[in-house]
Amino acid sequence: MPKQPAVPKNRRKNKLEPYLYLAPATLFIIIVFVYPIIEIFHTSLLQNTASGIKTIGLTNYKLVVQDPVFLEALGNNGKLLISVPFMTVLALMVAILLFENTRGRILYRGIIFLPYILAIPVVGQTFVYLLGLNGILNTLLRDFGLGFLTIDWLGSATWVIPSISLVIIYREMGFGVVLFLARLMSLDKETLEAAAIDGANWWQKHLYVTLPQMSAVIEFFVVVELITMLSWVFSYVFTMTGGGPGFASTVMEFYIWEHAFAFRSPGIASALAVFLLLITSVLIVLQFRVRGRSLEEAE
Amino acid sequence: MKPGNPSTRLWSFLSSIPKHIILIFFSVVALYPVYYMTVTAFKTRQGWLHDQFGLPIPFTFQNMIDAMNKGNIPLWFGNSLIVTIASLVASTIVSALAAFALTRFHFAGRSFFYNSMIGLMVIPPAVLILPLFVLMVNIGLINTLPSVIIIYSGLLIPFSVYLLVSFFRSLPGELFDAAAIDGCTNLDIFLRITMPLSTPALVTLIVVNALFVWNELFVALVFLQDESVKTLMPGLTLFKGHFTNNEPLIMAGSLIATIPMVLLYLFGQRLFVEGLVAGAVK
Repeated sequence: MPKQPAVPKNRRKNKLEPYLYLAPATLFIIIVFVYPIIEIFHTSLLQNTASGIKTIGLTNYKLVVQDPVFLEALGNNGKLLISVPFMTVLALMVAILLFENTRGRILYRGIIFLPYILAIPVVGQTFVYLLGLNGILNTLLRDFGLGFLTIDWLGSATWVIPSISLVIIYREMGFGVVLFLARLMSLDKETLEAAAIDGANWWQKHLYVTLPQMSAVIEFFVVVELITMLSWVFSYVFTMTGGGPGFASTVMEFYIWEHAFAFRSPGIASALAVFLLLITSVLIVLQFRVRGRSLEEAE
Repeated sequence: MKPGNPSTRLWSFLSSIPKHIILIFFSVVALYPVYYMTVTAFKTRQGWLHDQFGLPIPFTFQNMIDAMNKGNIPLWFGNSLIVTIASLVASTIVSALAAFALTRFHFAGRSFFYNSMIGLMVIPPAVLILPLFVLMVNIGLINTLPSVIIIYSGLLIPFSVYLLVSFFRSLPGELFDAAAIDGCTNLDIFLRITMPLSTPALVTLIVVNALFVWNELFVALVFLQDESVKTLMPGLTLFKGHFTNNEPLIMAGSLIATIPMVLLYLFGQRLFVEGLVAGAVK
């Protein structure tokens, strides 16, 4: 039985009281989330014509599904998801190294986390120079005699998504390191010592003792980053490539924005938004897995 | 293996060298773009063309001065400050009230509200942006700071409520009951007990949320289109467009926009770390 505090009299008296405390938050939530979500379903059924707005049923959805750029944008979001396992493994590795090296731990952590506090437009703009034809990456390649590998990383349809992934990993990895290190510091030291006494080597120790105990926080980080790759990459694309070359780096968010404000087709933009909403709904299930804990069971 | 043995200590020192090399590598990678932005901001245009990657020789403050004078950076900086402070004040108060209700009372819809917060954290702003744009046009708030203040406050509420609920829950319930028996109303309890006891959590939350608002581009880009109402992030993209061929000037603008968060980070690194970890710990 969860522990129930004694119910004071004034709490029973006023059944409306909790709702008064919730009212301001509810108002914001209705304006910013509920109303827009209802409205995109409505707008997705409309078309702006010279003679005014008319209802056209599911035509917008049909147009979207037949649009090759829609599929390309979805595919680009999909490709970005591939960077999640990479950044997770890198962050885990760095966190374990930090955990084992007490010397300089705070300083290393402070430096490696720094990119996470930088604004995406600033990071993006800086990488436009670093990944340019004469940027640092190509300069290093030339210095190492690998000049034949130099390309315009953000201008190549093949390499633009991997390059953006690299920048996202650059900025987001520090978050993982901080999360994982915090979990490592709270691990039960005895199990690690026992493993060492039993003669486990470095890999065995971490594979069989450390990682299983970290599964919850790893899962959390992976879910947060999956959400990021679908819902929060607009700023990277906007500042680094503007969706190009062609549509090679157009992601769903960017395509919705283009239709809504550049192409002025709110119906299509809304149909696209409905698709993105449906995709992110899948993530809500994952979100409940890592964040959800009902109020009752926690008490 | 005895820990005191000198040869063991030497071995442990030697074996830590590869680890340090890897850590130094990641540190250099993490710092390099910041280094690049900073040195470029203090180079002359000629100096930059001559040597992109080295130290700023000759050294100049001219880019910083130009960035402050030629663009609207001081104005955008001020707008960013107003938007950030207003959004944080609104979202924190509103979220604290809601989190208080969720932890203090049992009522119909309690779980529904809390679960909605968890679900809403996933919704991308791109889904919401068009209806919000039409709404802001209709109520005359487009191109005004309140439009983005309202939207940021709303976007911050789910995470803030989630974080504050987990903190409020850790406060001793007996304290509230004792206060209630002494005749305190719930509002008294909220203002005099919950809020003061939660100062560390509130500060942490504010720091993490400040980072989000200060650095946000997408919403600001759509809702603040007049140059005079822009915040720093959309301002910088405009600034970049004006001075395309002057890389040192662009980097100077970026550097100015970055300084406040770096200062906040230097003084409150612990708060960032705690806030992000607290948001993750179940």
